Amino acid sequence: MATPAPAPAIAAAPAAARPPLDVAGIVRDAALFALVTFGLCVPIIAFRTDLSETSALGLKPRWGLVAILCGLVFLGRLAQRAVVANRDARRALTPAPRQATEAVDATPNAGQRVSGLALPLFLGVAATFPLLAVLGTGGLGESRYWVDLGILILTYVMLGWGLNIVVGLAGLLDLGYVAFYAVGAYSYALLSTTLGWSFWVCLPLAGLFAGLWGMILGFPVLRLRGDYLAIVTLAFGEIIRLVLINWQDFSGGGAGISSIPRATFFGIPFTADEDGFAARLGLPFSPMHRVIFLYYLILALALVTNLVTLRLRRLPIGRAWEALREDEIACRSLGINTTNTKLTAFALGAMFGGFAGSFFAVRQGFVSPESFNFLESAIILAIVVLGGMGSQIGVAIAAVAMVGGPEMLRNLGFLSAVFGEGFDPNEYRLLLFGLAMVLMMIWRPRGLISERSPSLVLKERKRISGSFVKEGHG
Amino acid sequence: MEVFAQQLINGLTLGSIYGLIAIGYTMVFGIIGMINFAHGDVFMLSAFIALITFLILTTWLGISSIALALLIVLVVAMVLTALWGWSIERIAYRPLRGSFRLAPLISAIGVSIFLSNFVQVVQGARNKPTPPMMREVIVLWTGENGYAVALSYRQIVIMAVTAVLLAGFWYLVQRTPLGRAQRACEQDRKMAALLGIDVDRTISLTFVLGAGLAAVAGTMYLLYYGVVSFADGFVPGVKAFTAAVLGGIGSLPGAVLGGLIIGLVETFWSAYFSIEYKDVAAFSILAIVLIFMPSGILGRPEVEKV
Repeated sequence: MATPAPAPAIAAAPAAARPPLDVAGIVRDAALFALVTFGLCVPIIAFRTDLSETSALGLKPRWGLVAILCGLVFLGRLAQRAVVANRDARRALTPAPRQATEAVDATPNAGQRVSGLALPLFLGVAATFPLLAVLGTGGLGESRYWVDLGILILTYVMLGWGLNIVVGLAGLLDLGYVAFYAVGAYSYALLSTTLGWSFWVCLPLAGLFAGLWGMILGFPVLRLRGDYLAIVTLAFGEIIRLVLINWQDFSGGGAGISSIPRATFFGIPFTADEDGFAARLGLPFSPMHRVIFLYYLILALALVTNLVTLRLRRLPIGRAWEALREDEIACRSLGINTTNTKLTAFALGAMFGGFAGSFFAVRQGFVSPESFNFLESAIILAIVVLGGMGSQIGVAIAAVAMVGGPEMLRNLGFLSAVFGEGFDPNEYRLLLFGLAMVLMMIWRPRGLISERSPSLVLKERKRISGSFVKEGHG
Repeated sequence: MEVFAQQLINGLTLGSIYGLIAIGYTMVFGIIGMINFAHGDVFMLSAFIALITFLILTTWLGISSIALALLIVLVVAMVLTALWGWSIERIAYRPLRGSFRLAPLISAIGVSIFLSNFVQVVQGARNKPTPPMMREVIVLWTGENGYAVALSYRQIVIMAVTAVLLAGFWYLVQRTPLGRAQRACEQDRKMAALLGIDVDRTISLTFVLGAGLAAVAGTMYLLYYGVVSFADGFVPGVKAFTAAVLGGIGSLPGAVLGGLIIGLVETFWSAYFSIEYKDVAAFSILAIVLIFMPSGILGRPEVEKV
């Protein structure tokens, strides 16, 4: 709330034909906002319930917090109304050329244009990130946090690209994508702990299993459309999670599976002994070798996902996906087998989810059903939608913003000096995440990157606005 | 036999709670065709409002009559939750009307995540128990093996309150101008607007009514289970949505019927099969109904326009 009350200043500003500012109305409006905020805060914020020693709930009043919140909303609304009134007054004086017509956002604006330079820059940073982290923090061991964060972000980039096949290209809304992530993770965890198979054998198998599950779950549900499909996929995702929790003999139940074999460098383990990775290359041993290897592993996996998607878009099957998203009835009348087309998209998306899942298992060394709850699905879907459905680079940017952004909250320790001791910004991570999803939908429903490059061109390659791209029915 | 009768009573109690939540889903879907994903969390929030109001009344104001306290709690929770419902619609859904199809759903998921974490931040992550109330039971009859079929006061209150409120709600929707406008918007929003109905106001009203009924469900849930936590919105929400789909989405009697069926299935499944898989049963019903009977029991089949 930077500018609390610029309203009087504007009212006093000399303007020839400017209509007088309705200060009383604005103040009344802001007061109404504050009143509603007060109603929302009572009693959920005003009283905190705490368990006392006698195990009965006690109430702790927090009227100060309510007053602060109401005050902030009042001032914020005041500022917003004043800014809007100022803008409107300025517009009234200088009529815009297209005032009578609706705003048509057919051409993406400059800020949204991803220039040819952005892509190599992005790739370059991704490829040299561990090096940058080591140089930035001043040591191999110190860079661990950053490389781990990079791995986390890249995992979500890969999941986003995998889901992008289903949601962005084929236009099928999948709210249970995390189920395939879970299938991949548990495939690797179970195969490696019971049969002792190595990661490189299990990785394709995990993708295969996940793809198979995509087919099994996809086949009955793909005749559904829109929100119904979303809900059924959500139900399947939850069923798989609940079965993993309850089927003790198979999956270890809620405790999960631990001591999963760690990743090896194509058979060479990252250990400190003689035939370990460091000893063979004559390097001093560091646990960071494994982390950096994992980083490049997930980078490679993500890039493979991206390349396969880009190639598939040019194949008949990929064109059929996009045609399906644009108009399902036209597709059917042109002889495209819609069920098979949807099923391939679903299974391929699931397969990449499975690859990512087995990577997750090998990275963590531990899997439990709690890692695969609905929130994960929602985060992945949010990444795809916020990135601009169908835009590969948009998904990558959204993953950095949505996963890396909340992570930055952990570093805001100085805030506890402002808000008092015991203030943990990390608590607000998901709260802000939910808020960001709502605000993004209001501010830019088409995602961060709202331009698309068509997969097929006649004469010259042009970029088109995302407003022309449909989001599918299924 | 006695076990069956007991489970029937328990199932109907649980089913009335689900039915109350399901009405909120079915009304919103009927009028703007969106799944209000945050409805389950509105329900959870209302249970917290009820809990805090109850504590204020009993410990600070010293109201000793549980019945009077419950009545006040019910009214306060309904009013405040309705305000939440109104605000959510106003902030998160109304600006998206006419936007692309996925936007409201994503926004609703965002609201759902926001609400559950908001409650976690402001009230803490631990389970919140209420002091025991209305533990008395009426023994209906005792079987030969000594198994007593009991109906607790709580269950009587829950079923009676649900019945009374549903009757009132039914009157509101069927016999008042507000309800008429609401039904008109459900059938054809554009036509209703041409005939002079304030569509935005009617949609707001739908959210207010849905949240109000969710608050009744939240209060009853608190009374029945005696404990609530910030994560309690998701699963009851999905079950209530299942009830709405099972009854035929868009149909009000269908929502109540679906709620009762889901409640009965859940209790019988827990009693006769396994309590661990009761949620799996509910989710499976959701999937099976959507795949094989998407228009539900009382719903109208959707006609695909070419």
